[in-house]
Amino acid sequence: MAHAIEASRLDVGYGGRQAAVKVLSCLDLTVEAGSFLSILGPSGCGKSTLLRVVADLLDPVGGTISVLGDTPHAVRSRRDVGFVFQDSTLLPWRTVRDNVRLPLGVGQGSLTRKIEDRSEELLELMGLAGFGERLPHQLSGGQRQRVAIARALLGQPKLLLMDEPFGALDEITRDRLNDELLNLWRRTGTTILFVTHSIAEAAYLGERVIVLAANPGRLIKDLDLRPLKQDGNRCSREDPAIVAAMAELRTALERAS
Amino acid sequence: MRPAPLSPQMAIALPVLGAASLLLAWQYLLPLLGVPAYIVPTPTAIFGVFQKNFALLMDNLRPTLIEALAGFVIGNLAAVLLAVLFVHNRILQATYFPIVLFFNTIPILALSPIIILIFGLGMTPKIVIAAVICFFPTLVNMIRGLDSASDNEHELFRVLSATRWEIFWGLRLPRALPMLFSSLRIASATAVIGAIVGEWIGSDKGLGALIIQASFNYQSDRLYAAIVLSSCLSITLFCAIVLVERRVIKY
Repeated sequence: MAHAIEASRLDVGYGGRQAAVKVLSCLDLTVEAGSFLSILGPSGCGKSTLLRVVADLLDPVGGTISVLGDTPHAVRSRRDVGFVFQDSTLLPWRTVRDNVRLPLGVGQGSLTRKIEDRSEELLELMGLAGFGERLPHQLSGGQRQRVAIARALLGQPKLLLMDEPFGALDEITRDRLNDELLNLWRRTGTTILFVTHSIAEAAYLGERVIVLAANPGRLIKDLDLRPLKQDGNRCSREDPAIVAAMAELRTALERAS
Repeated sequence: MRPAPLSPQMAIALPVLGAASLLLAWQYLLPLLGVPAYIVPTPTAIFGVFQKNFALLMDNLRPTLIEALAGFVIGNLAAVLLAVLFVHNRILQATYFPIVLFFNTIPILALSPIIILIFGLGMTPKIVIAAVICFFPTLVNMIRGLDSASDNEHELFRVLSATRWEIFWGLRLPRALPMLFSSLRIASATAVIGAIVGEWIGSDKGLGALIIQASFNYQSDRLYAAIVLSSCLSITLFCAIVLVERRVIKY
């Protein structure tokens, strides 16, 4: 299977080329195309930083990274990457529909492919049909995150980066959105990198879970969950094998903190 | 426990009642207490000036209105344009913003004679004073507003490869609008103050000049009528800004 991401000896830091503060150190990571990768780790371990390097929002100071076989910059320019933030980052002055359509209005000058207006289809897919004319403040937290996901999917990205997207939601809404996200992933075949603080969420969603440790951020655990799950990355949250995997992840996380 | 909020009818009726009670006390209590009419004329006497000298009041309202409006537009427009320049050029901002802030510390009353000295006695110096008084709050608020988008919002636009132009129109400007309107509301009152201050120092026309002349001639009913009219002018400008704000900002 082709690789969506190949990072080798990746160093990321702040404070110029010398990288006075190292956020990620010597990270080797390969992610298969079409897979679902969960990223766990304590605060400050560089989870979000890794997503930002992949999205070309941050330059590494050392090592190499290839995204979809190209540079992060080329991938961003092609609009092959979608980003979902922890706070939905909806523009409060735009209606739900116009928020979803934001990618149609900006950055078109540098774009080589044509992006179709699939906003209606995506609103329906995310259970937001009939909400198009609402303003973000009229929605619940879960609905706002659905709009943010619809917006990230508008350009049909090959890679979806999600930075603790459900972190601020209540547990019931979070579980429901987890299932909706898995359905979406099965349907679109998009590669997903999903950063979370929740061990249960990471294990339930990911085909594979990596754990990063802090100071500096480095990979300390790489767990393949596919043998424990049924076809299509299906599992039960109460499955003893998944519960055991969660315990294993917890041990790694405790070591990382 | 916090008290329950008032019904909308009561929220309007109570201040109207409050104003009516004060006006009644002013009309009937102050003369009883022996306050002479040349110091505080009664509300009916002031209202009488509006009937008797309506043409005179309107003749003096017109220049003040023009000066305040022109000063408001020029001062705020200059502030917005400079704020846009500053947020797009940090070196320029670091170099000149402290100096601009220093100018803001000079009291407008101290600055006015210099402005009159430069621009003479026509309408121009009054417009300039009104513009200067509007300029600083709008500049500071607009810079803060244009910088108020969150890091995530900027990253969202960067992921979409937005140009600086698109970031400005699609993110910075809409984010700045609430702060811009709050300073425009303040400027609607200060522009009138600026025009009147300018007229005090050197003019024979306008509400400021009328206030000065009436006070020199002990025409206190005319003086109070001019003050009421100045206040009405500020309130009208303020309401106009609020109406535009409600149409523009819907969230």
